[in-house]
Amino acid sequence: MERRVFIQPETIAALVNGRLLFAGVVALLAIAVLVVRYSHLQIERHHDFVTRADNNRIQVRQVAPPRGLIFDRNGLLLAENRPSYSLSVVVQRAGDIDALLAKIAQIVPLSQTEISAFRKSARRAAPYQPVSLKYRLSEAEHARLAVAEHQLDGVEITAQPLRHYPLGEAFAHVVGYVGKINDREAATLDPSHYAAIDSIGKSGVERYYESLLLGEHGREQVETDARGRVMQLLAREEPTPGANLMLSLDARLQLQAYQLLDGQRGALVAIDIASGGVLAMASTPSFDPNAFVTGISHNQYNALINSPDKPMFDRALRGQYPPGSTIKPLFGLVALQEQVIDQHYTIEDNGFFSLPNVERPWRDWNYKTGGHGSRVDLAEAIIESCDVFFYDVSIKTGIDALAAYGEKFALGIKTGIDLPGEAAGIMPSAQWKRQRLNTAWFDGDTINASIGQGFFLTTPLQLAVMTARIASRGDLVTPFVVDASNGVQFDHPHQQIEIAKPHWDYLHRAMQDVIEGQHGTARGIATDGYTIAGKTGTAQVISIAADEQYDRDELDQRQRDHALFVAFAPVQQPRIAIALIVENGEHGSSVAAPIARALLDHYMALYPAPSTVAGG
Amino acid sequence: MQRDFVRRIDTSASRSRRLHIDLPLLALLALLATIGLLVLASAAGDQLSYLKRQSVFLLVGTVVMVAVAQFPLRFWERWTIAFYLAGIILLGLVLLVGVGAKGAQRWLDLGVVRIQPSELMKLSVPMMVASFLHHRAIPPTALEVFIALVLTAIPAALILVQPDLGTALLIFSSGLFALFLAGVAKRYIVGAVGVAIVSAPLAWLYLLHDYQRQRIVTLFDPSSDALGSGWNIIQSQIAIGSGGLAGKGWRQGTQSQLDFLPESHTDFIIAVLAEEFGLIGVLVLLTVYLLLILRIGFIAANAASVFGKLVAGSMALTLFVYVFVNMGMVAGILPVVGVPLPFVSYGGTAVLTLLFGFGILMAIATDKAKN
Repeated sequence: MERRVFIQPETIAALVNGRLLFAGVVALLAIAVLVVRYSHLQIERHHDFVTRADNNRIQVRQVAPPRGLIFDRNGLLLAENRPSYSLSVVVQRAGDIDALLAKIAQIVPLSQTEISAFRKSARRAAPYQPVSLKYRLSEAEHARLAVAEHQLDGVEITAQPLRHYPLGEAFAHVVGYVGKINDREAATLDPSHYAAIDSIGKSGVERYYESLLLGEHGREQVETDARGRVMQLLAREEPTPGANLMLSLDARLQLQAYQLLDGQRGALVAIDIASGGVLAMASTPSFDPNAFVTGISHNQYNALINSPDKPMFDRALRGQYPPGSTIKPLFGLVALQEQVIDQHYTIEDNGFFSLPNVERPWRDWNYKTGGHGSRVDLAEAIIESCDVFFYDVSIKTGIDALAAYGEKFALGIKTGIDLPGEAAGIMPSAQWKRQRLNTAWFDGDTINASIGQGFFLTTPLQLAVMTARIASRGDLVTPFVVDASNGVQFDHPHQQIEIAKPHWDYLHRAMQDVIEGQHGTARGIATDGYTIAGKTGTAQVISIAADEQYDRDELDQRQRDHALFVAFAPVQQPRIAIALIVENGEHGSSVAAPIARALLDHYMALYPAPSTVAGG
Repeated sequence: MQRDFVRRIDTSASRSRRLHIDLPLLALLALLATIGLLVLASAAGDQLSYLKRQSVFLLVGTVVMVAVAQFPLRFWERWTIAFYLAGIILLGLVLLVGVGAKGAQRWLDLGVVRIQPSELMKLSVPMMVASFLHHRAIPPTALEVFIALVLTAIPAALILVQPDLGTALLIFSSGLFALFLAGVAKRYIVGAVGVAIVSAPLAWLYLLHDYQRQRIVTLFDPSSDALGSGWNIIQSQIAIGSGGLAGKGWRQGTQSQLDFLPESHTDFIIAVLAEEFGLIGVLVLLTVYLLLILRIGFIAANAASVFGKLVAGSMALTLFVYVFVNMGMVAGILPVVGVPLPFVSYGGTAVLTLLFGFGILMAIATDKAKN
């Protein structure tokens, strides 16, 4: 093999320099390749990459609107939004969720309820929208998380306002509460309205006025880093806060009503007669609405649901009870208006009422020995709550007329109050019985209905509306809870029920004598301060045969009669109407009436008469 | 006037010659270090410690460079074998007691500092090959080529098993550059290229780790693993591309500043520069590198000794390869290998090694001794 050997330094230098030159040319070509590549990326594909860089860093996030506040009629806050730190997770950035949850659990305690609630919400959440995992972080938890946050991809600590009900139990039924959106709700609501909101009004005003309280989402463009943490705000479109609602409720009366009933099962509704605005609407026992805001635990929820006292049940709105004698004034009024009887009509009452061809007599519940005596007229029948009089008169009036007027006075028909889930009750009639039970109407049914028993069912709200309509002499008072939205008052149209004036005078006098008369069933609550008109009632829980005696000692407490009372005041210029029930309270006169008196006293003190009425 | 000016040039030139400093090299280095620190200040963000330490390394390195330049080239030539052997021993120690990161052992922890012996070999391998070859007749015989290849392959193999394929290949190629410059016959070169092409599939099957294969796959299709191995490539190209012609401005790069760009202060720092200073910035940097490489090439061409020629020439080529491989991989035309951008990427050992090398370059530039 021939091998050339260069010995001369000059030739060696020439060889090496030649190789250097060759390498230099190759290097120049390679650098040209780099220039071409960088120009391609930075000039030709520049716009494409700018878009991708912006997509990387810019996220549009929905901004939850603050929920509207709820006030009582005097501006006292009943539902507010309290600042609170929450731990949320952007699922898309978290990677392995189980691993992340395990890591978080080492820093702050996570309950099974929180984890399952999180998983539920995560399934529904829009992509890249933070999903709440733990609410109401304590200072210490917040601090520990802030330190560890950079190791927890996808984790965000956000200041999130939480609904709070400062007056809790007393307003739980009427104001209602918000809770986490469940699957059923998620299926029906417009997701765009709830993009950054994970709760919704579940009951009461919170639910009925959900669309007003909700507000509208804002949007913000934020710059995020590779881990999704917000670095800066680029643009923000403010959310529209939900409307602030002012209720007709007076918190002082509501609290008192709740306290008066506390410890018993019962309900009270007080209505401002002039407007129809509900002043108080209490149901006991109650529950803490704050427990629902961030999701109630299964155990807590089951305890509420399974309690025999049914604290979740709004007795004022949905409790359907036989009205008992509280409807007697109305039925007497119907008989006068329909000219079945006049004011001088009297009966002989020996404690029993018999129908031709019916062997079994109807007993007068209220009078155990010998009845109310001779020459009992309508006023006396109301004042002393004589059953036999109403048996007689109601048979004469007929159930169709009673039912027609009953509905005009809100019995057996929804009042249309602005609350969800109102019960209609039952105003029995021949038509109703045919449709529902497919049987004929008997006179015995009319007799039962005439004293608010039998098929008759009403809610405390309906009785309050009935009382308000009687008190206002036929004004078609329609109850409402929310008076104004963002300071704008709602319209409340008024209609009139036509009843002759002398009938009203007579009826109001009789109802006043229920309290003021010597034999009035509610004479115990009479006061010198103002005039009260009312009617006691006792609703039978179990049926007792005519020949049996009602023996309270043998009856289980839950089978005792319900005590009812309806009232309005002052009689000459009625301003407030009340209906209340104490379940198994037995006596309208001794149990229910004093509660009404206490509330009326408070009302009169709070709202002294606009003009002094002589003898008032 | 004219004469005064010439004389002044002469005096400054002669002064620098006495101090064994190559002024153009020093000026280009200063320019490069300034650009590097500027970009690092942006890439490192709030972590000022990176900037401080890099500055300290640059200062210490400059002192080392000037010190190294004071010794005659013969001195370095004599010590080459010692450096080489010391490097081999350190590489062995790395495998035994080294500390690692990301599944590879690359550092030796000396308590005060961590050193990366593979960086040292970038310099001692071409010096070793040059030292071996220049005593002998040029061009080298087959046996000499073989011995030179073995000298190159030993450190490359030790680095390969760390594992650090990128550095191993670069070390190996730095030895090859010395061989190439020494005039190895063209048929050997053609043969080597042929062997490389034939053995590539075998290397793919038996030599490469899974992650290395993945890197090559992602080069051609980054979206195949967009959040894994493709992430770096995709994000760096977005950074470069969105920089456009003039860039987004210093510390204004969203990709860099918002952590979308990984390794932004080390291997991927060119993407920060490209994003914030645009194509103009890239071209300026490339120009500086080109001038630097040309200056080193010029030193090689004018070196008084064959050793000096071979060492300077290999260093010029090695520097070029580093720049090309780094900028190529970040721009998505080469697979991702752990190669820093000289003087710009953060890294103490690399800076010190480079400046040590530049010290030797200056020694070569001011060497008058005959072979």
